[in-house]
Amino acid sequence: MKIHIPTPLRQFTHGQEAVEVSASSVQGALDALTLSAPELRRHLFTEDGKLRSFVNVYLNEDDVRYLPAKELTVTTDVDELTIIPSIAGGSSCCR
Amino acid sequence: MATETMIPDVATELPKLSNEEIARYSRHLILPEVGMEGQQKLKAARVLCVGTGGLGAPLALYVAAAGVGTIGLVDFDVVDESNLQRQIIHSQGTVGKLKVDSAEQMLHGLNKNTKIVKHNVMLTSANAMEIFRDYDVIADGTDNFQTRYLVNDACVLLGKPNAYGSIFRFEGQASVFGAPDGPCYRCLYPEPPPPGLVPSCAEGGVLGILPGLVGVIQATETIKLILGIGEPLIGRLLLVDALGMSFRTLKLRKNPDCPVCGTHPTVTELIDYDQFCGIAKPATAGPLEVSSHGSVDQGQAVVDGIPQISVEQLKARQDAGDRPFVLDVREPHEYAIVNLGAPLIPVGQIGSRLGEIPVGKDEEIVVHCKSGGRSQKAALELRSAGFLKVKNLAGGITAWAEKIDPSMPKY
Repeated sequence: MKIHIPTPLRQFTHGQEAVEVSASSVQGALDALTLSAPELRRHLFTEDGKLRSFVNVYLNEDDVRYLPAKELTVTTDVDELTIIPSIAGGSSCCR
Repeated sequence: MATETMIPDVATELPKLSNEEIARYSRHLILPEVGMEGQQKLKAARVLCVGTGGLGAPLALYVAAAGVGTIGLVDFDVVDESNLQRQIIHSQGTVGKLKVDSAEQMLHGLNKNTKIVKHNVMLTSANAMEIFRDYDVIADGTDNFQTRYLVNDACVLLGKPNAYGSIFRFEGQASVFGAPDGPCYRCLYPEPPPPGLVPSCAEGGVLGILPGLVGVIQATETIKLILGIGEPLIGRLLLVDALGMSFRTLKLRKNPDCPVCGTHPTVTELIDYDQFCGIAKPATAGPLEVSSHGSVDQGQAVVDGIPQISVEQLKARQDAGDRPFVLDVREPHEYAIVNLGAPLIPVGQIGSRLGEIPVGKDEEIVVHCKSGGRSQKAALELRSAGFLKVKNLAGGITAWAEKIDPSMPKY
């Protein structure tokens, strides 16, 4: 299945905007994604393995937090995951 | 009776349009979805643009062109030439002027009928409610998390819809928060990311056109809310990807446990948003133009145990033949713009490239970046890696260009 990576996190995926993983659940897909990228794992999960509250993960167009089985929701190859981080820019200044 | 139904209702509460206005708005008036009543609603409407930057610029221009009667502008900043890459409400001739004055000039040039209310202040918990109270729709075009949460909470507390937009590099988000039964910004993001986890300015920048795309979406939503037509982005988050040129919408839900709009709210008045976002209060620059990781005060001699060296001090020492090792921690694309000839290790790679530092751990290192924020972070990392004499060049290469070598470009 395809995982869409938002711009701020692409530094951890060698600039790729989407990553293909094979997994049978949302959790499995995120594990597969972060297996080779510990820095990305730190951005997405707390130390006890929970999704950080400012990171939203969507399975197709639904927030995973509101799915009955949450991260354990079963997925197939045609499903898409999207990671939505907080962005604040309106003008984007840089120091 | 039959004759009465042949005469449609004419809204009497709404302001009348002059003949000049009827001619001006003819393309709206012949759209049944807008029509005479819709145009009168626009004339009666009061829209607040929070920020007149990248998003606020196209937003305010289109809202003024559409015939919104009153537009409030909140900004305390001054127009800088580097704003003109995207902030099309400002222009070459208004560089150096207050943004609210510059924006007013452009908006009045576009539509003489628009009433502009200027709020040349930094939006804070102390003034937000008072400012927002007078408006029907709030359009959030700010650029930092503190103000995002402040705008959200004030909108929810006052029951005002928030036409939200935000951008980063090539990507944008838009939604309508704070509508009566819709979710708010906190339903989506209950809390802000800790400062250490937000994208650093090494990954900053924005494609100039992107705020145009997203700001016009905010303007569209604002106009739809005023007219009561179509399906506003309530309960939906629009994702815009300018590189792939894809637009996707995701469902947002109202969180019953939301601290501000949930069934048992714990936030019932505005709070200290700097503290909530875990960052120091902005010093000189205000919240609309402060990067999310905060700024380093150039006046201090030591910050978090790292001595700060001024560009004048460094220059004087170099002129005297005392040349400490200088390390540039910016990105290669920034080095290509301008550099001091110092070796380059981007801040994100310091930890893995310590072996490339050509001086001993007891020798002096002066770290610099663009304006002193990233180099402070790098200096702390070097110190924890055992380098004992690490200093931060206060103000970075920007201060060097301003005070030592004015022939150098600033970016």
